[in-house]
Amino acid sequence: MDPVTSPQTAPSTPKPQQAGQGEARATVAADAEPRLVTEGITVHYGNVVGVRDVSLTFRDKTVTALIGPSGCGKTTFLRSLNRMHDLTRGVKVSGRAVLDGTDIYANGVDPVTIRRRIGMVFQKPTPFPTMSIYDNVVAGLKLVGIRDRALLDEVAERSLRQAALWDEVKDRLKAPAAGISGGQQQRLSIARALAVEAEVLLMDEPTSSLDPQSTMRIEELIQELKDTVTIIIVTHNMQQAARVSDYTAFFYEGDLIEVSDTNRMFTNPKEQRTNDYITGRFG
Amino acid sequence: MAVTAPAAPGTLGRLATVTPENLRRRYRRDRLMIGLLVVATTVVLVPLLIIVWYVVSNGISAVLTADFYTQDLGSPARALQGRPTGLGHTILGTMVVDGLALLIAVPIGVGAGIMLSEYPDHPLNPVLRILNDTLNGMPAILKGLLAFSLIVKPMGTFSGFSGAVALAFVMLPILARATEGVLRIIPWSIREAGLALGLPRWRVVLNTVLPAARVGVVTGILIAFARAAGEAAPLLFTSFGNNFFSSTPLRYLMGPVDTLPARLYSLAISPYKEWHAMGWGAGVILLVLVIVTFVGTRIVTRARHTTDL
Repeated sequence: MDPVTSPQTAPSTPKPQQAGQGEARATVAADAEPRLVTEGITVHYGNVVGVRDVSLTFRDKTVTALIGPSGCGKTTFLRSLNRMHDLTRGVKVSGRAVLDGTDIYANGVDPVTIRRRIGMVFQKPTPFPTMSIYDNVVAGLKLVGIRDRALLDEVAERSLRQAALWDEVKDRLKAPAAGISGGQQQRLSIARALAVEAEVLLMDEPTSSLDPQSTMRIEELIQELKDTVTIIIVTHNMQQAARVSDYTAFFYEGDLIEVSDTNRMFTNPKEQRTNDYITGRFG
Repeated sequence: MAVTAPAAPGTLGRLATVTPENLRRRYRRDRLMIGLLVVATTVVLVPLLIIVWYVVSNGISAVLTADFYTQDLGSPARALQGRPTGLGHTILGTMVVDGLALLIAVPIGVGAGIMLSEYPDHPLNPVLRILNDTLNGMPAILKGLLAFSLIVKPMGTFSGFSGAVALAFVMLPILARATEGVLRIIPWSIREAGLALGLPRWRVVLNTVLPAARVGVVTGILIAFARAAGEAAPLLFTSFGNNFFSSTPLRYLMGPVDTLPARLYSLAISPYKEWHAMGWGAGVILLVLVIVTFVGTRIVTRARHTTDL
């Protein structure tokens, strides 16, 4: 069984060959357990299909990049992984997304508990504008009733350190979160997701609104976070996908076209369309 | 025609040329339009200034006496014989009735606004919207009648409480609409960020969306308050009116109390010119109340730009 992906996908989506996988995955924990497995995820917007029958396996403590041209369904797919579509009218998700043996779409599964385990970082930094930096980080804990000051302090420092933001804000934790730079706000958003001890982090183009310097910091951060969390990142930037990810999945018009480890994907893609995209012939 | 081709003498050439003559014409037209706007603004402002001037000049003598604030009205004889008389009980009653109306209306009205904005798919939402629009368009006197049959009849007495309920009916639709409006302009991304942290929906609304909209919500509350504070009709057969200070504090809630708009009306239709002067005084106090409220709104709104971001 191919360890990267289990495409029981539509016949049009060929099963990626995994020749040479041994050396390609030298950088990845080769024995990584599957953490999140999707089986035939399909997302409808009314009568329009946004994502068609996607089956992917995300392994523990790895980074998977989702790439593809605009409108290919990669963000739609990402948002189906922590039930963010629940609140959007007219969106229907079918298929399964299994997190540690539990289908997050099964009856009786509370999306709130799922989202605590599968955090999300958005394209634009989303600090809560009326809260301080500190309150932003611990918002996910404080607002569900955790009042233990010592615990909150500890979590805030740990999360901010993990997000490589501690040194920059430790002297102004009580300052409004809206007052720090965009790159810092994005790291704050990451810290906030880590504070609730998310095991999987979904990142939807987390650097697209940032300058190169901040982008580099986030990319370094992704590499560090890999030690503790599983990361799935949507990116428009193929260099970024190549730099930060262990696996890359290529989406096109709602279909998962190809998935393999990133080295192979960028050096020797199986699919013509993948090749055309990564060499800049379209997209 | 290619862009680089020389302009045809007929059209392009003429349109593209700016001569001192047509430039002057454009400036003249610009000044004319500004002039029209100034005239229109003046037409709006003049009646407002006339009202303020008329009320203040007629009422100023009444409101400058200490008795006006410390004494109650009593019988007309007091005013006619020059004995101490005032509207102290009216000002107190207005504060009680308006304050209680706010206490009743704000939680419900803001709650309805949250419901309209944040839970658009809830089955009760369309009903709530229709009810709110109906209440908004309903004449104020009917709201008084409603409070009369709901509260005055069962209680068997006119009361400040029933007046507050009637005014709350006036405030509710304004509050709901204002709250819905300001919540809707809060970016969706803030809600998603909260939900992505595994926070329940109501937590996200209460602790992230509502604080972000607090300036707008407060503005809505002040507007609703200013609107209701000037209403006389709903109070005519609810709080009814009273010429005296109530004997106990509880009686302000459970007995008939005076309010400025209703008292202004009864003083104005009285046959005594001493009472007419006091009526103008009541008008001044009402005007100050509304102006202070709106200036307060402006200051709160201004504060957003300096502190919030």
